[in-house]
Amino acid sequence: MTENEVRERVFQVLHRIAPEANLNQLGPDQNLREALDIDSFDFLNVVVALNEKFGVEIPETDYRRVSTLKGMVEYFKS
Amino acid sequence: MPSLGADMEAGKLIEWKIKPGDHVKRGDIVAEVETEKADIDVEIFSTGVVHELLVQPGQKVPVGTVLATIVGEGEQPSAAPAPPPVPERVRISPLAKKLAQELGVNIEGLPGTGPGGAITREDVEGAVQGKPASKPPAAAPAEAQAGMRRAIAAAMARSNREIPHYYLKMQIDIHRTLEWLQAENLKRTVKNRLLPAVALIRAVTCALKEVPDLNGYWVNDHLEIKESINVGFAISLRHGGLVTPAILDAGQKKVDQLMAALTDLIVRAREGHLRSSEISEGTITITNLGDLGVETVYGVIYPPQVALVGFGKIQERPWAANGMLGVRPVVTATLAGDHRATDGHRGAQFLSALDRFLQEPEKL
Repeated sequence: MTENEVRERVFQVLHRIAPEANLNQLGPDQNLREALDIDSFDFLNVVVALNEKFGVEIPETDYRRVSTLKGMVEYFKS
Repeated sequence: MPSLGADMEAGKLIEWKIKPGDHVKRGDIVAEVETEKADIDVEIFSTGVVHELLVQPGQKVPVGTVLATIVGEGEQPSAAPAPPPVPERVRISPLAKKLAQELGVNIEGLPGTGPGGAITREDVEGAVQGKPASKPPAAAPAEAQAGMRRAIAAAMARSNREIPHYYLKMQIDIHRTLEWLQAENLKRTVKNRLLPAVALIRAVTCALKEVPDLNGYWVNDHLEIKESINVGFAISLRHGGLVTPAILDAGQKKVDQLMAALTDLIVRAREGHLRSSEISEGTITITNLGDLGVETVYGVIYPPQVALVGFGKIQERPWAANGMLGVRPVVTATLAGDHRATDGHRGAQFLSALDRFLQEPEKL
């Protein structure tokens, strides 16, 4: 899967959780929870949706690795 | 029209989910009502057959107005009072108003389908042609948000006016609870993971069983302790504002059931599908602002409740225990108590019990 394809899927997930957000303005290193006003419940929903999209189960110990857009793309690209 | 909170004076019927002749039972959703805070699914608290619908979609009526009559099997219906109108300015466009005058249409109670429920030319023409009223549109987002702020303002002003608050706070070492959650979540699929908030809610309900004075209402100058623990949980909405629907019978629920109930509640709160009992039957409120980095929460009690428990951010801190200094995840728990109902001693007993339960998470 290319980086752009991964990014597109991540955007689909984030859009579902924060439909009002302009994801194109999201900085690659911005903390997603702060930038999108995502609480712990929403973040768990993001993790569940990413699991469904990519078939990858993110352990809690990896939550920090997927806390930014750049981190998410790297995580699922590899 | 049920009272869906201390702040509610009137509600607008959006839609009936029933019709005359339908059999209904306790707990069925029979109508959708718009309040200042949110659209609510109204449940019925009796069983029988719908006899008559007394209020039409689009009508705004005061709390306490009879919306419909229900009769038991084989019973004769009794006359119900006609719904009193809520005195308010009728929203109508100038063109529609002129047309209504020309056509002799009574605009009082006529459902409007324009912005903010305003009556439009089409509504007046529809009334002349005898078309059934369609479901009025939901309030525009800005208007809905302003209504929500008004509702919150009314409830919080009443709370500050009437309730002599006292505050207690306790820092709680939460490492055992987090380790237990981590171990639990390792055994679970992503979908079944537990959030720390659920362990906190469970610990609150366990502590309330030891200190029940904090679970109830202050009504007619005395404390009514409630048997059921219905935990109102403050949920922020994405377009702004806050609702505090209750997890009903939370005291009977273990962590898995609480997680499922909380998930369901948050989803429905954000979709605007809360049930009336969830809005009106909370017996205590929990506010968790830790996600936003807040250290300590000094909450305002939601009347007629007598307590609010706040949780701040879980932070790593230097922590001395058994003569050793270490680093522990610590949460600040606060209790806002109604001094008419309890005193600081009772409040301290509650926080102490809360701390104890969080040190024994396997018992949660």
